This record gives sequence, structure tokens and C-alpha cells, in this order.
Amino acid sequence: MSTLEIKGLHVEIEGKEILKGVDLTINSNEIHAIMGPNGTGKSTLAQAIMGHPRYEVTAGTITLDGEDVLEMEVDERARAGLFLAMQYPSEITGVTNADFLRTAINAKRDEGDEIPLMGFIRELDANMETLEMDEDMATRYLNEGFSGGEKKRNEILQLKMLKPKFAVLDEIDSGLDIDALRIVSKGINDMRGEAFGCLIITHYQRLLDYITPDHVHVMIQGKVVKSGNAELAKELEEKGYDWLHEELGIEPETAEQEA
Amino acid sequence: MTVETKLALTEQDVRSFSKKMDEAAWMSDFRAEALAKVEQIPMPKPDKTRIDRWNFTEFPVHAVESATYESLEDLPAQAHELIDPDNHENLYIQHNNTPAYLSLSEDLKAKGVILTDIFTATREHSDLVKKYYMTDGVKVDEHKLTALNAAFMNGGVFVYVPKNVVVEEPIQVLFFHDNEQASLFNHVIIVAEANSSLSYIENYLSTVEEAKGQANIVSEVFTGDNAEVTYGAVDVLPKGFTTFVSRRGVTGRDSRLNWALGLMNDSNTIAENITHLIGDGSHSDMKTVVVGRGDQRENITTKIISFGQNTNGMILKHGVVKDSATTIFNGIGKIENGATGSNAEQESRMLILSDRARADANPILLIEEDEVTAGHAATVGQVDPLEMFYLMSRGITKKEAERLIIHGFLAPVVSQLKLEGVKKQLTEVIERKVR
Repeated sequence: MSTLEIKGLHVEIEGKEILKGVDLTINSNEIHAIMGPNGTGKSTLAQAIMGHPRYEVTAGTITLDGEDVLEMEVDERARAGLFLAMQYPSEITGVTNADFLRTAINAKRDEGDEIPLMGFIRELDANMETLEMDEDMATRYLNEGFSGGEKKRNEILQLKMLKPKFAVLDEIDSGLDIDALRIVSKGINDMRGEAFGCLIITHYQRLLDYITPDHVHVMIQGKVVKSGNAELAKELEEKGYDWLHEELGIEPETAEQEA
Repeated sequence: MTVETKLALTEQDVRSFSKKMDEAAWMSDFRAEALAKVEQIPMPKPDKTRIDRWNFTEFPVHAVESATYESLEDLPAQAHELIDPDNHENLYIQHNNTPAYLSLSEDLKAKGVILTDIFTATREHSDLVKKYYMTDGVKVDEHKLTALNAAFMNGGVFVYVPKNVVVEEPIQVLFFHDNEQASLFNHVIIVAEANSSLSYIENYLSTVEEAKGQANIVSEVFTGDNAEVTYGAVDVLPKGFTTFVSRRGVTGRDSRLNWALGLMNDSNTIAENITHLIGDGSHSDMKTVVVGRGDQRENITTKIISFGQNTNGMILKHGVVKDSATTIFNGIGKIENGATGSNAEQESRMLILSDRARADANPILLIEEDEVTAGHAATVGQVDPLEMFYLMSRGITKKEAERLIIHGFLAPVVSQLKLEGVKKQLTEVIERKVR
């Protein structure tokens, strides 16, 4: 079993503090969901875990099985077992999806122990079929000209091919229609098990109808203010976030806040 | 400070070299006349690169004698790799300055195709060579460097495809350099008569760490009416050379001239690739990739001039500049008065990999005619940190991520090169250069 542990995390972007002390522990075989209004720092948490260059951690720790994640370069974090399905994946010209995936898989393997080509193709084909992706998406340039929904599926394809210990899914449901949501959710549910833990970041309860979380956390103003089980997500869906402000005595922020 | 031109060779020297190479008699006079002009005419003035302190005139020896190859097995491994194992019937190899290997299929010989070293060509195909050698393509007195090439020419090849002959398999020419004393004053003439077609592959390869001489290279290509020539080249010349390379095309009516150039030199390089679209309805497509590294200076000019009506010129070039190298791209689309219905398009993209590297894309359209279409696009940029983050977030190392982005950046040009052999070699050279 693996554990991803976040303690007292403070994160700034361009001098502005977004996360103000986040504590969160995720174990293998657990699916956590973080919900919250726009601009409360949910995506910032995701980017900070992966090491996005624009986000600066000013205090706190992130460890993976006791190893200091914040000391690792972005690629080292990935090879240690972290994965971030991005809200806005980059488009890379001239690099085919398949070449990119094979390079990423081999990056985790030793020289001389590269994934056999035929095995790779079989696995890729199978996963693309599950995700109902067009065959030509393997040979197209990485995310180039992909629709929003295609990009999201492609993120999940990478997740399934790379098999990380922990995945952070940053608004994987935004821009997906119901069919795509169902397909993407199935892809994630298939990963559930002893070797996999997941942190889902979402605005909407909708995704959690398909992927039942073990734990639900609410983030407001850069902190996790309430945690519970799947029932909490349903409650939020019905009642919104305002009651939480009242219950927890949080002053609503009037200033613009973007994260 | 200007460098006085002190020429290494006298008229007597060039005449006796001509005699030694057993050239046609006219060539001796041609050289002597060119030499007389060298002193009087100015250096070229490549846009945005100062070359007044470059040394284009000094070299240790004019020509060296090197071994010939009885069989391809005699070639060093690096050179051997460039030869397609399944398809090398039409192959000429020049070893430094020595014609070293020649093979042309019986079929092509029977059809009248000529492939021979330039010295022999002046003798055995004197009228043909004389007709095309620095007449309608590159001019002797264009500038000092073309005159130097005319006077000091010490290698090259002549390719001739008669009317209506389709050369199915490519003709490959390898200029192999392994003597640091050797200079390359090469001259290539390619003539494709009406309705013929030819794929020509040219490789410049050196195994020398640092050369001591000059690489002054002129290629002239002539496409007859309705002919099609694809000219693919990969230049891999080492630092130490001062390189001037001019590749020039002149097109007949409805002909096509496609250039695919991988400029991978490590030397300071002035490269120009110019097509004169003379015949109505002719078309030239220029694709160029460049990688600059170390402290190398490169000035790359691609230019298509439309003279004929309804001609079409397409320029596409991508360059990567790293370390403290400087690369200038000059792209010129020119449509002359009377060339109605012509089109001039160009696209230049440059990727800078270090803070010390410099790149400049300089697109120019010169339009003298009304009813035409033209367009240009040019960008100079750095590797996007978000792209790096994305790739690295999948476990790919920084170095490997950068490699992927660079290959991806060059891919739109490399992937369009129609000659598989050139594509493969180029991909491998790029791999080495950007690491």
C-alpha cells in the first residue's frame, strides 16, 4: 500500500497566496473527491502536487510513502508514481500520441528493458477501444487539433497506460457530454484497486454519480474546510456551498479570486 | 578591418591543375578568366550577417589525392551507412577531391543518362557542360565567392537525363571528406531535359574533427519543359571550414523543382538556395531544416523568383538554434513584372534553445506584378515551459522532453521530405546535433 500525504501546504502564484494550509492523506485503493466553488484553490493543489513551474510552495510538505515529493523534479514525481490529468493539456506538434506514450512508459523502465513494441500496441489498442477513441488518434500529433472531449479521453488513456500509484484528475469532467463522461468514468473505475489511489477535483456532483468516492472534501478559500463520505457530495449538490459558509463561519470573499 | 584577398593560387596554378585533371581545353581559360576577376569583384552581402572578417580565401592545399574505392566495403562505416543497402546502383562517391567510385545502371546508361565526375564531364561531354556551366544559373562574377569557385573548382559531378527519360531509382552522390587539409570547391551540374524526371540525393559527410580549408560549393540544376527534379541534400561539414554553398535552379515550362535540404553543418555557413522560375507554369518547392549549435554563425537565404506566368514558389524552413549559435533566415519571394498569375508563399519557423543563441527570421516579398498571390509567416520562439511541464509530468526527463519538442518542431519539414534515405539520415543527424 502507498500513501500520499499533504501537510500544511501553502502555495503562491505570482506572489498571491492561494493555498493556505491544506492537509490531506490519500491511500491506495481510495478515491477522494475535492469539491468547492470556483477559485478556491482546487486546481492549484493539483498543479502543486505535480510541480507546475508557476506555482510556488511556501510552506508545508508533500510526501509519497515518506519520500519528499517537493524535492523532486516534475519527471521524478511522475516516475515515483504520481500522475496529473490536466484540465488544459498542451498540444505538441510533430510528436505522435503513440511515440509520446511509448517514450513515457520507457522513461520508467530501465535501459534494455523497454516495453516490447507489439505488447505496447496491443495494450494501446485495447485501452483506446475502452475509451472509444478513434484509431487515428494514436498516430496524430499529441493533442493537436483534438476536441475538448478528445483531450480528456487522451488524458485517461495516458493514465491507463502509465498506471501510476496516485492520479490527480483536475476537472476531467469539464466539457464532457454524458456519453463521454460515462466512458471516461468507466476508464477510471477500471483502475480502482490495491495499486491505485485517486484524487478527483470537480465542480460537479455529476461525475461522482459515475465514480463513487470514498472520501469527499470541500475546499473553500485555500483550505479543506469539511470532509465526509459520498453523502457529503450529494448534500452539496442539493444545498450549494452557502450553508457551509454559515455553518463554518467563513466570510464570503468579495475580492476576485482566480486559481 | 577588411581582409585583403591574398590568393593561394596563380593563373599558372589553375591552368596546370586543369591540365592535370585532363579537363577540356576551354575549362583552363574559363578558370584563368575567373581568377582574373576575383580581385575586382566584391564579396556577397548576406542580409544581417557581417562576413568581412570571415576567411573565404585561405586554405592549406588546393587539392589532395585520396584513395579510390574498389568496392563499397572499402568505405568507412559512417559513409557506408549513408548508402542504401538495397538500392545503390546509381552512385557516385568523391573522396576529398578524388573521384573515387562510380556506378550507373546499364538501363540508365542505355537510355543516355550521364553520371560522371565534373573533370571527365568537361572532356567527354564538353558541349553539354559548357552550355550549362555558370551560364544561365550561377554567374562567375556574381560575387567573389562564385568567381573563386569557378577558378579553383576541384570536384563535383555532372548528371544528365535526356528527354523523356524517367529515372526511377534515385541517383546518389556522396562527397566524403576525411582529410583536414582538403578543401572542397565543388561544382555540381544537373540537367533534366524535357519530360524527364530525376531524384538526386546529395550527402556531404566529413569524419574530420576540425577542417582547415574552404567549402565553396555551387550546384546548378536545370529542369527542361515538363521535367521534374527532386534534389535532396544533407550537409554535415565540420567546424573549421568556412562554408559557402549556393544551390541554384532554373526551370523550364511546366517543370517542377523540389528542394529538400538538411543544413547540418557545424561550420560557419553562408547558404543560398535560389530558384529562377523562368518557364510558364513552373513550380519550385523549397524545404529546409537547419540546426545551429556551438558558436557557429549561419546565414540561410532561400529565394524564389518568378519570371514566367502562373508560376508557384513555396518556401518552408524550420530552424533550431542552440548554445551560442546565431542563425539568420532570409526568405525572399519575388514576382517579376509580367509573371501574372504567380504565387509566392513562404513560412519560416525558428526555435531558440538557449539564452545565448540568436535567431532572426527575415521574410521579404518583392512583388512587381498586380495579378498575383503571395504570403509569408515567420516566427521565432523558445520552448514552451508548459509543454515541458506536460511532457515531464509523464515521467519523461527534461532532456528527452526537449528532444521530443525539437524533433516535433522540425517534423513538419522532415516528414515531408520525399526521399526516405534523406529523411532517415537527417533524423539521425538532427538527433546527434541537438543532444
